[in-house]
Amino acid sequence: MGLDITWAVDWVRRSADVVAEHRVELIRLDRDIGDGDHGENLDRGFTAVIPKLDDLAAGSTPGDVLKLVAMTLISTVGGAAGPLYGTAYLKAAASAGSESSLDGEAIARLLTAARDGVVSRGKAESGDKTMIDAWTPAVDAATAAAASGADATAVLAAAADAAEAGALATEPLVARKGRASYLGERSAGHRDPGAQSTALLLRAAADAASDSTGA
Amino acid sequence: MPRPTRPVPEVGGQQRIGLVFVSHSAKIAEGLVELAAQMAPSVALVAAGGTGDGRIGTSFDRVTAAIGEADSGAGVVVLCDLGSAILTTETALDFLDDDVRDRVAIADAPLVEGGVAAAVAAESGEPLDAVVAAARSANTGTGSDSGAPDDASAPRDADTPASDAPPDTSTADAGVGHVRRATITNADGLHARPAAELVKLASTFGQRVTVNGTDAKSLLAIMSLGLTKGASIEIASEDPEGGAAVDAIAALVQSGFGEH
Repeated sequence: MGLDITWAVDWVRRSADVVAEHRVELIRLDRDIGDGDHGENLDRGFTAVIPKLDDLAAGSTPGDVLKLVAMTLISTVGGAAGPLYGTAYLKAAASAGSESSLDGEAIARLLTAARDGVVSRGKAESGDKTMIDAWTPAVDAATAAAASGADATAVLAAAADAAEAGALATEPLVARKGRASYLGERSAGHRDPGAQSTALLLRAAADAASDSTGA
Repeated sequence: MPRPTRPVPEVGGQQRIGLVFVSHSAKIAEGLVELAAQMAPSVALVAAGGTGDGRIGTSFDRVTAAIGEADSGAGVVVLCDLGSAILTTETALDFLDDDVRDRVAIADAPLVEGGVAAAVAAESGEPLDAVVAAARSANTGTGSDSGAPDDASAPRDADTPASDAPPDTSTADAGVGHVRRATITNADGLHARPAAELVKLASTFGQRVTVNGTDAKSLLAIMSLGLTKGASIEIASEDPEGGAAVDAIAALVQSGFGEH
């Protein structure tokens, strides 16, 4: 019971919804320690993806959907989130390849590829108070779940739980990358907006999975 | 909104490195094009500032288009401001064809100072690596981009008479050097435009030439000498073939760079 194009499209729609819903929260988090554009930029990016979903050719795969998201975010976001998430979705698309259905192992590989893309683009490490602090726990949890035989839906649920915990755990950290690093010690006590948006997007992926498989 | 973009002029068929300035602010990128154009009229200088819809930010599409516009085939050096400008530019580079990407480089340098130094190097017809090195010279604070080991210890104080601290005397005294003295006559001293003229002239010669011990081919090094009106400078070359270069630079200084 793998995840197919229906899941991928639903993930994108849920992502657009959740980002719009949390737009003000993300802006506030980013205003605390950054330049305040994260919520607005992501909202613009995902809003731009939605109409393009209708143009997907028949027979499109999850990989095609992820690539569409990547190219749209890269072109429309305008802040660091554009190239970072754009690269994440692009690497995820490459990992998914032309498979029409993704099982637990494939989902874990896809998340790993996405995380590796963000690392190579942003050069951040764990503990730098960036979206990596949500991505890496998610990848670790997904990989462990897949190794224990979990299906794709359970793998995504594990990833989403770990990403949320990871985002929460960025609060005491002092930023060492990105605009927040200019604040030094003053960045402690605030949750990283990129880690928070990563948690939201992975939760959207898990919710889309659990709906599509009725789990 | 018109973009202050300068197409590549045909200059004797020579293709120069083009420059792209990526800033979160369209005004910063456009202003830098204006500033650098004063010293590099033959270089394709392309602004890629702000987002496509006029906001603060950077645009993948703008950066990609700007690189294409700046590339005459010789290559492009890109200078960026804050972090996500670099992320956007690196992403744009990932999407270039391999043969184009090979001749595009991001210079890790302060946008304004590095951009001006790179523009002058490009104007002088320098290749990709040298233009990147010129930009990076803005990182050092000393303005040296020659890589010559003696640069760091070279005298930088314009008020120091060269006879008190003659540069490179060990070989200059061996009778193979060329030395000329000249006095800065420009009212505003050796400011950016005449300094760029001097560097461009020096760059037309193959020999190493120094002004008060500083590499005459490095814009930032020359500007960091802080030469004011009335300053007496020593133009020197240790190279036996350097006489013409020394004479030409001395004549340019004495002419007042066309300012009077």
